[in-house]
Amino acid sequence: MSDRPMISIENVSRYYGVYKALDDVSLQIGEGEFFSLLGPSGCGKTTLLRSIAGFDVPTSGEIRIDGVASTLLPANRRPTNMVFQNYAIFPHLDVGENVAYGLKRLRLDAAEERRRVADALDQVRLTGLDRRKANELSGGQRQRVALARALVMRPKVLLLDEPLSALDKKLREQMQVELRSLQQAVGITFILVTHDQYEALALSDRIAVMFGGCIAQVATPKEIYQHPRTRKVADFLGGMNFLRARLLADRKGDVSVDAAKFGTVNLAKPVGFTTSDGHVTVGIRPERLRLLWDDEKAPHELTGRVENRAYFGEVTHLTIGVDGLEQPLSMVETNDYGADDLPVGAEIRLAYDPDAFVLLADDEMGLRAR
Amino acid sequence: MLQRIRFLPFLPLYVAIYFLFLYLPILLLPVFSFNDAATTTFPLAGFTTKWYASLWGNSVLLQAARNSLVVGVCVSLLSTILGICAARAITRYRFRGQRAAGGLIMAPLFLPEIIVAVSLLMIALQFGLQLSLVTVILGQVVFCIPYSMSVLVSGFEGFDRSLEEASYDLGETAFGTFRRVTLPVVAPAIVSSLLVTFTISLDEFILAFFLSGTEPTLPVYIWGQLRFAAKLPGVLALGSLMILASVVLLTVAEVLRRRAERRTQAALAH
Repeated sequence: MSDRPMISIENVSRYYGVYKALDDVSLQIGEGEFFSLLGPSGCGKTTLLRSIAGFDVPTSGEIRIDGVASTLLPANRRPTNMVFQNYAIFPHLDVGENVAYGLKRLRLDAAEERRRVADALDQVRLTGLDRRKANELSGGQRQRVALARALVMRPKVLLLDEPLSALDKKLREQMQVELRSLQQAVGITFILVTHDQYEALALSDRIAVMFGGCIAQVATPKEIYQHPRTRKVADFLGGMNFLRARLLADRKGDVSVDAAKFGTVNLAKPVGFTTSDGHVTVGIRPERLRLLWDDEKAPHELTGRVENRAYFGEVTHLTIGVDGLEQPLSMVETNDYGADDLPVGAEIRLAYDPDAFVLLADDEMGLRAR
Repeated sequence: MLQRIRFLPFLPLYVAIYFLFLYLPILLLPVFSFNDAATTTFPLAGFTTKWYASLWGNSVLLQAARNSLVVGVCVSLLSTILGICAARAITRYRFRGQRAAGGLIMAPLFLPEIIVAVSLLMIALQFGLQLSLVTVILGQVVFCIPYSMSVLVSGFEGFDRSLEEASYDLGETAFGTFRRVTLPVVAPAIVSSLLVTFTISLDEFILAFFLSGTEPTLPVYIWGQLRFAAKLPGVLALGSLMILASVVLLTVAEVLRRRAERRTQAALAH
């Protein structure tokens, strides 16, 4: 990231009447970054994207694009272009005319315009389809037309509003790979709005997770998956076993907690961490628990019983009841050793790594990303 | 469904009789208009086009046709413009009383036309308006807006706001967006509305009869001619031409409306 961010959002709020769609959001996005806004529907991610595009004006706060104060700049004068959720392909124009739409205003000479349209179509692998009508395109092709139509304008920032949600699973996964390599090829900032955590993890350089108009955490995919700051973030980004633990020692950089059957666990302490009742929430991802077979030994073990089993092809999801734990544990096991054949009720031993636990802020504690 | 129809063998017969009653009288019109006799009785006397030829020499009729054309064009333009406003409001915005407004705009379809005609006549006289083609136009616009609005709503419904946003986003101005996106996308629906309302105006009798004063439109002229038995074949010829015009205009309108609907829906992923 260069010194000056490409997009700078400063204390932006957006009210619809008394409803807070965005609540004092601050965020910086770098040049050339693939940035995702991730959250459930109604979390404000689309409102934020539309404020950057110029379709929505914040109630307060400031948006700077490439150093230019842009809060009140109309959409047609911003160096941003958008790929709409429904693609919004102009139905009365063919593919070539759709892509050339924005260029017409630049009054390029005909050869230059043709070249740029052809380049953009090449980029999204639609070479030679410029005479196709909008209603002769498949879903994936429409999405590519929408991409080409935006990229041909050579924007500084490309905004993508849930661009893959209308595609079926297989095509969606293929387009994710293409989107990532396209971003690396053109090298401009991409901002993606999505509610699909795997999409955000797979594509992004950084992710902002949003709930209720606030940003809960901004971090790299790995950081956000492995070290979620709050229970809600952890829960939104895949499975997590939560448990209440009693605080034993609160030191400068870390804490020790009594995690019931898991024994004493030491955890790194996030900045601003507090607890009121001497208890904290800790979590461990299901894939960090591992079945022990036969006489295999591990430094940290628990015994339990299979309560439920779901077969997912390459993996099996197990629910394990452990005496002394309020909630059964979820775990994910690859099917190499026969986890898929474990009967419900089977007594098992499982291994865990105390370092895999994370300390999670309860959301009402109001730990906020800075 | 297919299964059930097989057990009701009389259904096709019923449908055939239904269509016979509906369309046979209308089909008789062109048949007798080419018949070489002054009375409408079988057997047919022989083929002639003289009744059609006689229409051209009739200056009163040509004046009535010109009146109908003026009224039709004005009514279709006015009701389509007002219909555009109504359809856009209904499809684009959410506002208090939206359903009531939609219902009230459609209501003239179900009001007894003769009662409305009488009340419009009373109002016109009360305000000292001279009965003329203008009063006919105003009266017919009230009755054409519901048709215009229904045609336009189906054209506008597929028109997603994001099309206009995409245009702004690509650097176009508000006016440029209207010219390059909004208008072309909804144009077929607008043309369709113009044709439908023109056709309705062309055939409309009751309002024209009450409000036209000394300037008859075609239907009013036809009604006047029916008192003279000798004029009947000419009226049949004129009637045949009007049916032909109506069918052609409505067919074109429907084709355009469907094309508009298909196109706007094709543009959007669902």
